[in-house]
Amino acid sequence: MLKLTNLCAGYAGPRGKVLSNVALSVAAGTFVCVVGRNGVGKSTLLRTISGLQGPLMGEVSLNQVNLHEMTAQSRARLISVVTTDRISSPGLTARDVIELGRQPYTNWRGQLTQADKAAVENAMHRLNTKRFADKPLDGLSDGERQRVMISRALAQNADVMVLDEITAFLDLPGRVEVMSLLRRYAHTSEKIVLLSSHDLELSLELADQIWIVDDGKVVCGSATDKTVQNALSSAFDTSDVAYDPSRRQFKLKQASS
Amino acid sequence: MKNNSISQLNPAVLQQVIVTACILCLMMIILFNLSFGQVALGLDRLSLAVFAPDTDPVATQIVRDIRLPRILTGLIAGAALGISGVLMQALFRNPMADAWSLGLLAGGQLGVALIVTAAAFAGPAALAFLTAFQGVGLTAGAIIGVTVFAFIMAGLSRRVNNITLLVVGLMLGFTVQGLVSIVMHFANRIGGRVFSGWNDGTFAGTEFADLGFILVPTLIGLLIACFSAKGLSAMLLGETYARSMGAEVKKLRWLTLAAVVLLVAPITAYCGPITFIGLIVPHFARAIARTSQIVKLLPIAALCGALLATIADAIVHLPWDQHFLHLNAILALVGAPVVIGLLLTNQGLRGRI
Repeated sequence: MLKLTNLCAGYAGPRGKVLSNVALSVAAGTFVCVVGRNGVGKSTLLRTISGLQGPLMGEVSLNQVNLHEMTAQSRARLISVVTTDRISSPGLTARDVIELGRQPYTNWRGQLTQADKAAVENAMHRLNTKRFADKPLDGLSDGERQRVMISRALAQNADVMVLDEITAFLDLPGRVEVMSLLRRYAHTSEKIVLLSSHDLELSLELADQIWIVDDGKVVCGSATDKTVQNALSSAFDTSDVAYDPSRRQFKLKQASS
Repeated sequence: MKNNSISQLNPAVLQQVIVTACILCLMMIILFNLSFGQVALGLDRLSLAVFAPDTDPVATQIVRDIRLPRILTGLIAGAALGISGVLMQALFRNPMADAWSLGLLAGGQLGVALIVTAAAFAGPAALAFLTAFQGVGLTAGAIIGVTVFAFIMAGLSRRVNNITLLVVGLMLGFTVQGLVSIVMHFANRIGGRVFSGWNDGTFAGTEFADLGFILVPTLIGLLIACFSAKGLSAMLLGETYARSMGAEVKKLRWLTLAAVVLLVAPITAYCGPITFIGLIVPHFARAIARTSQIVKLLPIAALCGALLATIADAIVHLPWDQHFLHLNAILALVGAPVVIGLLLTNQGLRGRI
């Protein structure tokens, strides 16, 4: 179980505290979608949970172990990360990238054992990346590249997978496919998947749990909860659009002029 | 058709064939370098010099005291610079990074120039000491210069993008050139000659006694490189990914930088600023290894670097009419077109800088 206790996330500099007193828990096998407007702190929250930055206060723990009090290597066995960064590196093949996901388990030379190779194969199979495994990463399309990065995180076989805005480069069928795949992965492998997305309607459709980040706070629940619906309205409604809970969609308001 | 049959070869087999060819080529050029030069020695005199030193004292002196140290220095320098290039291109995530393009060698130049000038002011005794050429002073100057500039560039690299960093490296080079010219104005003529002799770059300035001073830091640097290789592979995906996969990025940066300094500084001290090897060898190594995983690149980069250095050295020491050619001139003639070719043909590369 992933547990956030009184978590304050943010930066030491002028940006300061972004989120305060976040208290949440997520059970294994849950697919969580994190939504919110631009700049509300979704990425800050996810970076703090993945241990890429320290919390200002409070703690993040997985199965009663504080994630910020362990070595990077042992944390990498518990949490894998996929970001929206467009990675390119001359000479690196898709397979190379996916094999890097086994680094938390390999020896100092990074040598792959049979078990590592099996995990890589399995990860490629799940995301159907095997067909371009030996192509250079730089030659792949954005969508293919994103699949490679997700395969790599799968190969890492961590209890929690954190994905930040990864569907931004994909078209609609691609997004649906990737998100349902991650959902299935969470359910069948008893893993926690945290995914932040701007695709609100799709997130509401697929998520077991929704986190709405707004105004320094995080509201959590299922898409049918009244609190979640209220939070969605207050986070996303503008003078032009309003959230319609019955249809789980945004509607244009009547033009008032 | 011929192309087809090559591409049908198993990549692993192809790689072994290329590596074997490189090793054979290297051995042939070493043999060539041992026997040819201003004085051409046949295989008979060469084997006498090696196996029965007393029978042919002239050949023995040429081979053992002049050519062998030069060849060994070239091998070590080429390998060390090739590996340093792989490390720097991974650390800075910049396919055009090496000790020269990022201004580390300029630091070495400045250090040596300052030492030479200081010696000129200190008096003839210090200068006599320096004219022994590979004095402790030059080594210290080069090492301090390279180290200081390495850490300046590493600090800068966190704030600016790749192209800015390359331009800064280039501008540092020009600044140092200007400074050196001014500083040399105040050094006397002997000091100037010491500096320019060093600055042209050569593998011929070392004796057997010096080899240890080059080899030991190089081996330590290599050891650190091997230990950082796994983390550096992860760094190819950027710092965030590297950390998420368990790399301790801060420690890794320090270790890699230390390895680069250990590999580059002694070579620069004893051989002068050697250009282009560190820049182009990683590209050859990646093409041969068909990967950019650092562990697999290190041995191939060492081999390619040694080969390139030895070939350039062979051309420098052909029996030219007047004088030997300059090592850096040959390396520039080979290296610059390779860099231009890489930039023009490889779109992925252009996108990365």
